[in-house]
Amino acid sequence: MDKIKVLVAKPGLDGHDRGAKVVARALRDAGFEVVYTGLRQTPEQIAAAAAEEDVDVVAMSLLSGAHPHLFPAVVKLVREKGMKDALIIGGGVIPDGDIPALKEAGVSEVFTPGTPTGDIVEYIKAHVKK
Amino acid sequence: MSNEKIQAELDQYNASVEKAVAKFPLRGNVPEKGLYTPLDIDMTPEAYADKIGFPGVYPFTRGVQPTMYRGRFWTMRMYAGFSTAKASNERYRYLIANGGTGLSCAFDLPTQIGYDSDDPISEGEVGKVGVAIDSLADMQILFDKIDLGKVSTSMTINAPASVLLCMYIAVAEKQGVSMDKLRGTIQNDILKEYAARGTYIFPPRPSMRLITNIFEFCSKNVPLWNTISISGYHIREAGSTASQEIAFTIADGIAYVDAAIKAGMDVDAFAGRLSFFWNAHNNVLEEVAKFRASRRVWAKVMKERFGAKKAKSMMLRVHTQTAGSMLTAQQPNNNIVRVALQTAAAVMGGTQSLHTNSKDEALALPTTESVTIALRTQQIVAEESGLADVIDPLAGSYYVEAMTDRIEKEAWEYIKKIDDLGGAVAAIEKGYIQKEIQDSAYKWQMDVEAKKRIIVGVNKYQVEEEPPKGLLKVDASVGIEQSKRLADLKAGKTVPDYVAVGMTEGRNNDDVKAALAELKTAAQDENENLMPHILKAVKTYATLGEICNTLRDVFGLYEAHVSL
Repeated sequence: MDKIKVLVAKPGLDGHDRGAKVVARALRDAGFEVVYTGLRQTPEQIAAAAAEEDVDVVAMSLLSGAHPHLFPAVVKLVREKGMKDALIIGGGVIPDGDIPALKEAGVSEVFTPGTPTGDIVEYIKAHVKK
Repeated sequence: MSNEKIQAELDQYNASVEKAVAKFPLRGNVPEKGLYTPLDIDMTPEAYADKIGFPGVYPFTRGVQPTMYRGRFWTMRMYAGFSTAKASNERYRYLIANGGTGLSCAFDLPTQIGYDSDDPISEGEVGKVGVAIDSLADMQILFDKIDLGKVSTSMTINAPASVLLCMYIAVAEKQGVSMDKLRGTIQNDILKEYAARGTYIFPPRPSMRLITNIFEFCSKNVPLWNTISISGYHIREAGSTASQEIAFTIADGIAYVDAAIKAGMDVDAFAGRLSFFWNAHNNVLEEVAKFRASRRVWAKVMKERFGAKKAKSMMLRVHTQTAGSMLTAQQPNNNIVRVALQTAAAVMGGTQSLHTNSKDEALALPTTESVTIALRTQQIVAEESGLADVIDPLAGSYYVEAMTDRIEKEAWEYIKKIDDLGGAVAAIEKGYIQKEIQDSAYKWQMDVEAKKRIIVGVNKYQVEEEPPKGLLKVDASVGIEQSKRLADLKAGKTVPDYVAVGMTEGRNNDDVKAALAELKTAAQDENENLMPHILKAVKTYATLGEICNTLRDVFGLYEAHVSL
């Protein structure tokens, strides 16, 4: 099987990328192929990168509170690119109360502060369509 | 007791505990030695005079003021700002009424990156991590009924610091307070934005010019203002060690001083208004040592490297914030205890001002109740704990002095390395500083996952818990309302919320256009100080986005160096 390919993405204006970078590196160490977008990506840019890189997973990180707007926007645009099987997950400072709406919008899982990186690796392995 | 005698007794002690020590469980992040003695430090009278000395006296290891908290506690400065200027103004007045002694403004991300609330890129972010400020009118609301001649205000603003400072000056003028009376701080530290925090706009060269322009303008016109807060806080939050925090920050400081001297300023004309910003992390004694070491390193840098003459130029004055990244979403009440210990570290380290985080901030912006507990934590440490009773109370501790020396040594090694790379700007452009921070962050996370580092409630002592209730939520309507006001302002209409704070007429768009054109011309001339031009534009109610876009046209955008 080919390597699982993951796009780690920072949507919006948030500059906190400690978590995104740690997760990206942990995924790489777990044997995935990882592309990191860098900061300040619009949903359009993330969807375009996901399509161009033909990734299996889009993993978004956001700590600014803009997730109710930005996560669903990314899902919508990624799907519009025809990537109906791509696994889309998110993480960051996300109150539990916001999670059901994000899942309804198509974010498969949301990882909150304190999650071991191993849990994210296992989740991707179990749910990626490849 | 002679050193030989101490060594002999230490050998005896080590032999006596050897067997027991070999059986200890492995704990990460614990110093190799469990016992420190006079042999770990050089405490001859000469060494004391050279390295430690007295508070208020070079090299300031024991503190920058001669009497520290004996006369007055540190400034209890709670960082706050969310939603609209009106909501934030209410929070500020609440904090002042409850014994807060200085203001500290948090701006939302569009404001921090120089975008108006109606810019498409701002969607979803308006009012979220701080208050949305589009024009002078919002700033008038933000400081409504707060006397800027009395309060000192810190503003966490970097790339557009010049614009927000000009807005502050303009609000004060409307209150009848002249700029030479204003006290406060702008963060204005662009280098750590490139390295760790991410709210950059322009490339390094024009960014350094803006900073130098501010130094120069303030040295002549706003002499009591701290023109920069050179920040290790975010470097630490991004994952650095204590030594890296102070080393990278002081390297940034060196770059700012270099730039100002190159622009023709005399070091003693501006260095006294440079300030710093440290993180108060979990390891209490290491943090105290870090504060002490940082003062010593900066004093030496200013005296020996830059030839500063005034004592004030050599003093590392510092604001501190407790470590946000150490707050846990799990069992959030435990965070109150963490913050109390971090507060103890900052106070024993000799901070000049302090923000304490609230227990719920791993999940959301803090509620009024949790902010109150955080403020009370400082007041309890100040009034009840005894930690503020004497100056530099841990001086002379074998362990703390040895650790102060160790952190100082590690900082010098990093500063040397950065000098060899061509200074902080070059080191950031090469990705060196970012990589060092990332490596430390990754190591930390792996240690937590391997349980070599224990975080209570996260990887030990976990419980099943209900999601916390009553978190503060900023409604999406905030962005819509703010954009409506902004559209009316840009159309030259009057806006009821702005009329209420004295903007009784709509803005004159011809004046705005002329001021922006003048700013553009000035930006194209590298020798021109931009501050007077920005101040003029701000007073026409040109928006932050309009001003920053004018500068973007001339300066271009910073392209980040991304590596993993």
